[in-house]
Amino acid sequence: MADLDTFRSEVGSWLDANCPEALKGDRTSAIDGVWGGRKWEPTRPEQRTWLERASAQGYTAPTWPKEYGGGGLSPAEAKVLSQEMAARRIPAPLTGFGLSMIGPTLLRFGTEEQKQEHLTKITRGEIRWCQGYSEPGAGSDLAGLQTRAEDDGDHYLINGTKVWTSYADQSDWIFALVRTDPDAKKQEGITFLLIDMDSPGVSVSPILLISGSSPFCETYFKDVRVPKANVVSDVNAGWTVAKALLGHERSMIADAFGGGAGGAKRSLADRARRYLGDAADAPVSDASLRERIAQAELDTRAFLLTVQRAKDAAKAGQQPGPESSIFKVYGTEINQRRAELMVSIAGPSALGWEGPGFEDDELQLTRDWLRTRGNTIEGGTSEVQRNIIAKRVLGLPD
Amino acid sequence: MQLALTEDQDLIAKTAADFVAENSPVSRVRELRDQADATGFSRALWKEMADLGWVGIPFDEAHGGAGLGMAELVLVMEALGRSLAPEPFLSTVLLAGQALARGGSEPQQKDWLPGLVAGEKILSLAYQEARSRYDLGSVETRAEATGDGFRLTGEKIQVLDAASADAILVSARGDAGVGLYLVQAGSAGLAIEPQTRLDGRSAAIVRLDGVAVGSDAVVGTPAGGGELLERVVDVATVGLCAEMLGGMHEAFDLTLAHLKERQQFDVPIGSFQALKHRAADVFIELELARSTVMAAARAVDEQSDDVAKLVSLAKARCSDAYVLATNEAVQMFGGVGMTDEYDIGFYMKRARAAEMTFGDAAFHRDRWARLAGY
Repeated sequence: MADLDTFRSEVGSWLDANCPEALKGDRTSAIDGVWGGRKWEPTRPEQRTWLERASAQGYTAPTWPKEYGGGGLSPAEAKVLSQEMAARRIPAPLTGFGLSMIGPTLLRFGTEEQKQEHLTKITRGEIRWCQGYSEPGAGSDLAGLQTRAEDDGDHYLINGTKVWTSYADQSDWIFALVRTDPDAKKQEGITFLLIDMDSPGVSVSPILLISGSSPFCETYFKDVRVPKANVVSDVNAGWTVAKALLGHERSMIADAFGGGAGGAKRSLADRARRYLGDAADAPVSDASLRERIAQAELDTRAFLLTVQRAKDAAKAGQQPGPESSIFKVYGTEINQRRAELMVSIAGPSALGWEGPGFEDDELQLTRDWLRTRGNTIEGGTSEVQRNIIAKRVLGLPD
Repeated sequence: MQLALTEDQDLIAKTAADFVAENSPVSRVRELRDQADATGFSRALWKEMADLGWVGIPFDEAHGGAGLGMAELVLVMEALGRSLAPEPFLSTVLLAGQALARGGSEPQQKDWLPGLVAGEKILSLAYQEARSRYDLGSVETRAEATGDGFRLTGEKIQVLDAASADAILVSARGDAGVGLYLVQAGSAGLAIEPQTRLDGRSAAIVRLDGVAVGSDAVVGTPAGGGELLERVVDVATVGLCAEMLGGMHEAFDLTLAHLKERQQFDVPIGSFQALKHRAADVFIELELARSTVMAAARAVDEQSDDVAKLVSLAKARCSDAYVLATNEAVQMFGGVGMTDEYDIGFYMKRARAAEMTFGDAAFHRDRWARLAGY
């Protein structure tokens, strides 16, 4: 513990000395944060300074080994770092799929050459990654994917289309699932491949969503040549790699939603008072809204306690219990219910799309609510999640 | 607050589960019901549970207890809930026992707690009236000052284990406010009429017709009983929630076994997606309920500021989850689920009785909102 206390004061001093003043107090969400990459333009110059200083210290990937650009910190030390950053309201220097998804995957499955080539570029924010899993014909049935990788000597020739590739238009590399053996059972003919988006034959087209934004793209591959050295793990073993990564994605989605729901800027009750004209601290005057607010708060608290229970059990060295299987399905459903409730609370004020007559936060609410409808679809639909719970946890027959 | 079991707690949970599986099968519930005995539980088994140290878990070592807390007691309650064991933890340990332990005078504690911990004395707490619903402060029973004591007059309903109690703590309104008064069994003017409830638990109407008690019968102060009662019922609610957790898990396990075994259309009915998804939904609610019970138990032990909110969270979730799990169970069992021969119906009945003890889900959502200031 004494070591941790020393570490805490060292980290505190380092943060005080190195994080630009202009960024303190600006804890933006991951979505608005710094994602890096060749196409990145900082919205404020201090973001670049902060990224450079933090990555030089290994603090963009605190727990990764130092040789790959990480900080080499223990989980306990990394927690101290995150606590000290939170206390100063310092934003994460970098976020994105490189740090959260492909980096950990390469640390576990990658060759030494792949780690050397990619990890440090991720920690420095030089390369931005996106994920190429779903296809127009392969959604919930992901293993039905058809993007072909044909053997072409020391290269593969890639042909096919990926869809829902988040931020592909702003990314430099893509990690993708491709079919290397069309004759094998469908899960067994899939390979996990790293593809440079600058390769000839790659093109990207953003998809406009009902929320009015275009975070997702369709990504096309036409005779794209990819070196075989870019295969992660073994040829035809991509499904195993993908499953490991998908579990990570689901817990990340649940964490983001559960945490976001718990830490909303304004409480649901305050929102209700604003639209109902109730005095501050007065009971919410609409009995039906008040009951829904209480239910939403109970749901959220029960969910956050369950997340805590899983973490506490892990810290105590216990095997992960069945509770973690509910995080994706329940976390996303709470997020939707809260958004629906906020729309109900705002009433006609939730109907704005743009222009006069609506507050900025009301316009944002409308679009956020529309966006939440995708939460129970992306990263494994709620129906697929319930199938998984029924089969793997409850042992119900196929 | 740590939401993980320690090794000691894990051992208590396993010991309790083993003991209950061996000594208290759910078939006891049917036997006790068919005997229609007013006691409604086994004195011999209660003594064994006391000898195992369970009855004394939340009491000070000075009174023969283990000096542990709700984090441990909920593990025993959950095990008992699995088999719907009707032994008087709620009345004796969690209601009357906690009222004495938290608000009683030293002589009262000395007189009653060692015998209680030893499994020899049964105590009960009469707080509910015909018009009180879930409001603990709605008390029409009167406590008139008589110079050297009080005279109690009124009627309490569904008083748990009153028929076998050596003493009953009664909430009554006097000039100063609501107080708790200890009334010994056999007192003149005290009449106990057993009631028959759907869950078979021992309950009775307790009539007080000018029952005279001394001033030393006041538990706490004549004005402080309302506040004490509120605190005690919060503690008891956590224990009840743990019992409910055990019941809902057993009902769900019975349902899963049925889904895997029952064949229709030449396949196990558990292979149907319509049933799988509903089973997954029950599972989700069970996992959430467990987290809230663990949190509420620890909040009581740590005397944290949000005890009342966490208790309401746990009771709201456990009420809804137990009703959901048992309603779904009967539906998925199909026709046999409607028969008295199958055990699953007992769980559905107990779910309703437990739901309406100490406030249902709607009551606790409202209480949560009030405590949160909206």
